[in-house]
Amino acid sequence: MWPEQIHRELAAAGVRVVGYVPDAGHKRLIELCHADRKMQAVVLTTEEEGIGLAAGAWLGGARSVLLMQSSGVGNIVNVLGMVGECRFPLVTLVTMRGEQGEFNPWQVPMGQAVRPVLEAMGTVVQYVEKEDQVAPVVNAALRLAFSSYASVAVLISQRLIGIKSFQEQAAK
Amino acid sequence: MKRRDAVRLLLKNRKDLLVVAGLGSTAWDCTAAGDSPLTFPLWGAMGQAAMMGLGLALAQPKRRVLVVTGDGEALMGLGALATIGVQRPANLTVVVIDNERYGETGMQQTHTAHGVDLAGVARSCGLNVVAFENIKAAIHSTPGPNFAAVKVKAEKIPLVLPPREGALLKARFRRALLGPKADAE
Repeated sequence: MWPEQIHRELAAAGVRVVGYVPDAGHKRLIELCHADRKMQAVVLTTEEEGIGLAAGAWLGGARSVLLMQSSGVGNIVNVLGMVGECRFPLVTLVTMRGEQGEFNPWQVPMGQAVRPVLEAMGTVVQYVEKEDQVAPVVNAALRLAFSSYASVAVLISQRLIGIKSFQEQAAK
Repeated sequence: MKRRDAVRLLLKNRKDLLVVAGLGSTAWDCTAAGDSPLTFPLWGAMGQAAMMGLGLALAQPKRRVLVVTGDGEALMGLGALATIGVQRPANLTVVVIDNERYGETGMQQTHTAHGVDLAGVARSCGLNVVAFENIKAAIHSTPGPNFAAVKVKAEKIPLVLPPREGALLKARFRRALLGPKADAE
């Protein structure tokens, strides 16, 4: 499954710090990161904290990634300015809401704004909607970020996550 | 207490201490106490100083890490104290230089001028709150996460500015800390 594939890529890239605000779509990956003794999984109160965490980790020589839902992208906009100004490498894995088949209208405004907002702040945006794209896209994002000091976001399509109703999400 | 005296004391004989300075007055205070490549002064990202300290502390568990920030900056990122309280990095100390003012924007009062108690918040989040008299031991040896808030006089004093360019500040810090490895990644 794709969460296992992402975890394998993060481990192979030597990622040591994983900041996250939980999302149903990231549930399995968060569990895998917590279970990995070479990774420190850090639960955050808001996605913005993850940018400070990632920047501090890089100053200290550690690679990190940040996991969030699309709504969280709205919480990191100003601090992405630091990422650009300092050329901190940043890998953000975003599980999408408010796009394909969304059932909660309150998710739609931010979900639809994710790409333009990230691009406006200088983040390279990549999008996956098929399972077999996940590993190569995440692999490429990690290399782009850490080799080229870039901010890269991988948007994981709602179609891939496959949640179609509130009841289904609550049951997960 | 005067803020520059407080910060000078924090950074005196700093040994191999790693320092993150919150934006505004605390960055100028740290620079006035002596600029160092192992101080990362923020010029933006308000609210993130403590989180940068946490990231650094997790990446460098064998080094001591100090965050020096202001009350306004700390208030913008109060959740960071909760996150630090969960991670419990033993090598991290956060010091708030509290003048009860937003110093860069016209000296408006912050919440601490109205009784909000940052040390109380830190204590509730599980940080080890230390008196300012014991701050040197906390910074260099007491198992953390440690926290201190020190009330200082609200005064406008001359700016002492660190380098401004973010990429330069990042690169000099990593080179000083990691040596040639900094550029090899």
